Amino acid sequence: MSDPMEEFKGVFFEECAELLINLEEGLMQLRDGDSDPETLNSVFRAVHSIKGGAGAFGFDHLVSFAHIQETLLDDIRAGALTMEVDDFTVLLQACDILGELVGAAQRGEDLTADYGSDIAAAMKKIIGDADAPQSSDDDEKPDVMPDEQITRHFKITFKPHLHLFQRANEPLLLIRELDSFGQLSVSLNSSDMPQIEGMNPEHAYFSWVFHLITDQNEEDISEVFEFVEGDCDLAITDLGPYLSPDDFVADEAAGLFAPEKLPEKTIAASPGKAMVSQSIRVELDKVDRLVNMVGELVITQAMLREQGGQLLSEQHPNLAQGIESLSRHIRDLQNDVMAIRAQPVKSVFCRMPRLVRELTTSLGKKARLVMSGEETEVDKTVTERIGDPLMHMIRNSLDHGLEAPEDRLKAGKDAEGTIRLSAFHRGGRIIIEIEDDGAGINREIVLKKALEKGLVAPDATLSDEEIDNLIFMPGFSTAENVSNVSGRGVGMDVVRKNIQGLGGRITIVSRTGQGSKFTMSLPLTLAVMDGMVVEIGHEKYVLPLINIIQTLRPAPADVSPLPDGRRVIMFRGNYISLVPLYEIFDIKDARHDPCESLVVVVEGEGGQLMGFIVDDLVNQQQVVIKSLESNYELVAGVSGATILGNGRVSLIVDIAAIQEMALEPQSIFTESPPHTHISQEIH
Amino acid sequence: MTSQSSSAIASDDLVKQYISFTIGDDHYAVEITMVREIKGWIPTTDLPNSPDYMRGVINMRGVIVPVFDLRTRFQRGTTEPGRTHVVIIIRLEERTIGILVDAVSDILTIASADILAVPDQDANPEYSFMEGLVSVEGKMVAILKPDLLFQVDLITDNMNPKE
Repeated sequence: MSDPMEEFKGVFFEECAELLINLEEGLMQLRDGDSDPETLNSVFRAVHSIKGGAGAFGFDHLVSFAHIQETLLDDIRAGALTMEVDDFTVLLQACDILGELVGAAQRGEDLTADYGSDIAAAMKKIIGDADAPQSSDDDEKPDVMPDEQITRHFKITFKPHLHLFQRANEPLLLIRELDSFGQLSVSLNSSDMPQIEGMNPEHAYFSWVFHLITDQNEEDISEVFEFVEGDCDLAITDLGPYLSPDDFVADEAAGLFAPEKLPEKTIAASPGKAMVSQSIRVELDKVDRLVNMVGELVITQAMLREQGGQLLSEQHPNLAQGIESLSRHIRDLQNDVMAIRAQPVKSVFCRMPRLVRELTTSLGKKARLVMSGEETEVDKTVTERIGDPLMHMIRNSLDHGLEAPEDRLKAGKDAEGTIRLSAFHRGGRIIIEIEDDGAGINREIVLKKALEKGLVAPDATLSDEEIDNLIFMPGFSTAENVSNVSGRGVGMDVVRKNIQGLGGRITIVSRTGQGSKFTMSLPLTLAVMDGMVVEIGHEKYVLPLINIIQTLRPAPADVSPLPDGRRVIMFRGNYISLVPLYEIFDIKDARHDPCESLVVVVEGEGGQLMGFIVDDLVNQQQVVIKSLESNYELVAGVSGATILGNGRVSLIVDIAAIQEMALEPQSIFTESPPHTHISQEIH
Repeated sequence: MTSQSSSAIASDDLVKQYISFTIGDDHYAVEITMVREIKGWIPTTDLPNSPDYMRGVINMRGVIVPVFDLRTRFQRGTTEPGRTHVVIIIRLEERTIGILVDAVSDILTIASADILAVPDQDANPEYSFMEGLVSVEGKMVAILKPDLLFQVDLITDNMNPKE
């Protein structure tokens, strides 16, 4: 069907993407003073692996560039070079170019032959011989291991489980393979061998300790034992660079066997590698099928509960108990399955340092990106879709937030600005903050712009917060002259739209002279959510629980009409408008009088409160979000659908959309006072 | 079950099977390969602010499927669904939809040569949802192209004035 070579290529590019991330991360750790040799090793390995793969597929440009970078790293590793911070900048730039070259190879494009040659030259300059031989290096075959691998000494304890042979494994083959790696010494432990009468010829009784002097790395060694994994106790201990033949004889006497303890020790010593061997690549499709199936299970379980709840638990105690534990297990299963799709936000964050480097150069600013919480996990769909908004916000912070170095010095700040990007979990959501220590929002200019564009009524009085939030309005651009950095046709309104599309919210806090902070709050997953099922007429709708503040039944005296036809109620000291959902959703048999039905107070965009009129509350439950668009089309005011326990479809209310539908200025609002008019537009 | 529409089917003719159904006294058919399932009518969940031929959505083993009222689509009023009414679940290229009809009548085997053109179809793009007409035992059956039947722009372009 498809060319097997193409498949390998696909795997190679996937690996490259990971390796490039590791490379960049490692380099930044090194630049920030990380002196762990393993960091340097992993950086070196990343470049080496990319070079190796690229050679196999004949990406010559990539190979020759990677080779220079590899040589430089090797020199650092060997201690021949001491690195300055500037040198790491060169290496990081080289890393970017490597990424570009990989990308070009993947797309099948040819970059100009001198692409990246300036950085290559800079690296060669660091290496110290600008006239380093080029052509001969370029021809190097990657499968020939150059002697850049340090010869190391490994101790390997291998204790097969009794059933090893039954799994069609043969230790001799493994030992022969190890022997091919380098200098191998073997000691056999046969103390577990029973007396001949008690011996089962199909059981494996021997165990071994190997000492291996090799230029292969630990990964290669563990690969040898790949097929006996789980059928043996295996410990591979890196005893460090091999120095002299006499070194390892010493510990020989000290108890050959401690297989129970060694594995822990080795895992602790090299967590990175332990992870590699314990993870598998699974196609996303398969995971999604699993997620869907669990979704079905949740629905079936809800149905069982509903039906089962009608039976008397005294009559069928076992059945009731069974349903109860089924529910518990399904919830656990669901959490575990969703965890498979969860990814650290690192996969998005790691694109930002490069962006900052590029932008600071082109904008002539100095900035440092400080990231935290990269390990915070969130659903893959979320990480996929926050990339662009995040990049835009960073761009925005650099372009508009941070001042030029000279202005910063004048203001008594460090010439180098700081942008903090952090992620953390709070209340079942993920919070991402982008904070800069720049000048903050210039409210005068913002207000002036808004007035110019007619976004704000001329006689309006706005609070600072309201002015800050004007930047999220459509058609607003704060740049005095649109630079090619921020003026890419995307405004903060698009950012907000994207975030809202993910069921998230974004707010800004700004302090003049001290900087601004954007806070995004996003759901952890787009597949399930906690909802409140409500009844409106004969239909059941689901309100996202996260938006619900309180439910109340107002007394007739609490409800007051506005001249524009809306009704408001007093809630916590403020008037909030009542939103007739029955009218928006055109449900004929619903109750209209909020005093006979219920008012659910929900929080919309920008913290604005509204009171949704519903007939009754049904129950609170976790719902699986299904798309309406896949078979039909978007429906206004509805963000999706779900299936309730009785098998019926129920629609999920899109609070932000309802807010717009109910409160956005329409003809009836033209009479309203300017202040209200503005705050409606802002939120 | 199967009734032959033509006594002699030429061997090189393209022969296909169709499921025929009725709305009132009218007969329609869709190609059998498109049909996924035929379900008895079950109550739907209304979609707000949707066209009147859109009867709401149902849950089909975890998939949300929209159900369209073919009678309303053909501007013959609204079906009052009862126990005998059926929903034909049809798989289009990327979507699954259900159409509400009065009853399923037969499976027809029709040779392409027996499918007759719809008169003046070229002049009336709103009729493009018909593949052709065929006469079965003296009754006319219209073969539908469900993918064009509920294409929103086509409908709104041509149906709106009559609403």
